Amino acid sequence: MTDVLPSPGTTTGQKPAADAVSPLARFWREFRESTVAVVALVVVVVLGLLALFAPLIAPQDPYDLATLSLMDSRRPPGFVGTGGYTHILGTDPQGRDLLSAIMYGLRVSIQIGLAAGGVALVFGAALGILAAYLGGRIETLIMRIVDLQLSFPAILLALVLVALLGQGKAQLIGALVAAQYAYFARTAYGAATVERRKDYIEAALATPLSGRRVVLRHLLPNCLPPLIVVATVQIANSISLEATLSFLGLGLPVTEPSLGMLISNGFPYMMSGRHWISVYPGIALIILIVAINLVGDRIRDQFNPRLRR
Amino acid sequence: MRGFVIKRLLQAVVVMAAMSVIVFVGVYAIGNPVDIVIPPDATQAIRDEAIRRLGLDRPLWEQYWIFVSNAVQGDFGRSFVYNIPVLELIASRLPATLELVLISVISATVLGVALGVYAGYRPESRISKTIMALSVLGFSVPSFWVGLILILTFAVSLGWLPAGGRGDTVEILGIRWSFLTLDGLSHIALPAINLALFKLAMMIRLARAGTREIMLTDTIKFARAAGLSEATILRRHLLKMISIPIITVFGLELGSTLAFAVVTETIFSWPGVGKLIIDSIYVLDRPVMVAYLILIAALFVTINFTVDLVFALIDPRVRARRSA
Repeated sequence: MTDVLPSPGTTTGQKPAADAVSPLARFWREFRESTVAVVALVVVVVLGLLALFAPLIAPQDPYDLATLSLMDSRRPPGFVGTGGYTHILGTDPQGRDLLSAIMYGLRVSIQIGLAAGGVALVFGAALGILAAYLGGRIETLIMRIVDLQLSFPAILLALVLVALLGQGKAQLIGALVAAQYAYFARTAYGAATVERRKDYIEAALATPLSGRRVVLRHLLPNCLPPLIVVATVQIANSISLEATLSFLGLGLPVTEPSLGMLISNGFPYMMSGRHWISVYPGIALIILIVAINLVGDRIRDQFNPRLRR
Repeated sequence: MRGFVIKRLLQAVVVMAAMSVIVFVGVYAIGNPVDIVIPPDATQAIRDEAIRRLGLDRPLWEQYWIFVSNAVQGDFGRSFVYNIPVLELIASRLPATLELVLISVISATVLGVALGVYAGYRPESRISKTIMALSVLGFSVPSFWVGLILILTFAVSLGWLPAGGRGDTVEILGIRWSFLTLDGLSHIALPAINLALFKLAMMIRLARAGTREIMLTDTIKFARAAGLSEATILRRHLLKMISIPIITVFGLELGSTLAFAVVTETIFSWPGVGKLIIDSIYVLDRPVMVAYLILIAALFVTINFTVDLVFALIDPRVRARRSA
């Protein structure tokens, strides 16, 4: 990112007092220096809250078919529907209030992104660290498979897996995990091979501590920073991939529309000038993805030793 | 060197064998293709006959064996839907995808290198910062969304360009090409831009990073000391030095763009291979799915093999490390 690095002298890290605060507080203090990143973080939090409390604040429950009326379908933004309230962003082909549908869609998208990113993180990190820790044939086998998979485009892998596994939330998350764990495995492996050779790990291994304890308490925490960076990027990627798959009609069932599904629903009506059905969910999707990526960029810069002050 | 080649070749064969098993078992584990080849009101006799004719009554390993022995002879079976040999079907769709992919990747590379070199040469200028900010957008925004916005802007609102299809084609050597007619070009413009944008963002970053690094080297210092003009330095020395990573990525990207074209082709109803595979997934046309996946796997294995080989030729250390 083209973040403006603060001029030297304004850094908090150089003050002796900064050493006394917890690493998390120091991290936050550094993070705060980038206005872009802070704004992005606020956007992510607001969108997350909107998604979390959608059932309380959305004007309508888009899953409740009883409240939908076909009379209200495909109405432009600002239309006052049969429900008696204004559809600020218009309605979709099923007569759903688009604003409510977007809030619920955010819910689905964020849920999928977090679940897929989280599982891929745990699974990939475990594989990568194990490969680095155990070495030998297992290392070769695991990393060969990972490298092979990395040379395939994730979108294609996810597409095929969804086609094979069928539709549904669990299947979709499974496909996304399978398409993305390799990035985590590669990152964890890279970090762990470096840490593995350092003296503190050798020293820990020389004590009677169990191998499991050394891996979990010493190796893993020191591999976390690069994994956190990859995780933010991959959560954004999961959301984007899910939207793409849903757009192609291979994502979630229609009853629980994610943002991608909403965009897909509106696509046929775009040609006839009813652009809002696709455009507003799309804008929500892009704001979410770009904001997560900007936060991720900032975290990456902070972990990058070359940019460290 | 010969040992290295043989070793990598063997690995490639093992990978292909593993891929064929995974793809075959995976694709054949889903749904019942008999339902799409016979009408729903068919009698049990017709049903059994169809199952027997498709060889679906045999055990899976036998089906796989038949499939592999046919596949190595170039026979991937017949499409359930089109009832023509799958390879012929894919070959008939390939030119459309190829011209789309080539046009996008080449234009993305040319434009991306130009913008990236500028951004690397003048990293502090406002234009460079704008270029870099836009390249972040190019990375983050999902490709299908860009496609929608392109259609909405240029096809629906402005009405300048058509939103889908291939338009007029010219037949050369028995293959139909769109890019040789004006109408065809207007049809290819939007999907090509859509496909190129993501690649463009990557090329810009690559060229910028390379330029920033190389502008600090002694080569450039001496060229300046020798009194060469900045334009000559950029053209003759810088471009030459950043070209190696760019050519490598160009090759790798050709492959992944072929695969990625799936999304773009679907949005713009571009009748290429990507559209074919999506349609086949919808209707469970198994032979097409299997053949497509195996061919894509073969393509990637070949690309990786070639890249490894080229690197080994250039850098002896790779040879020693990888064959160990």
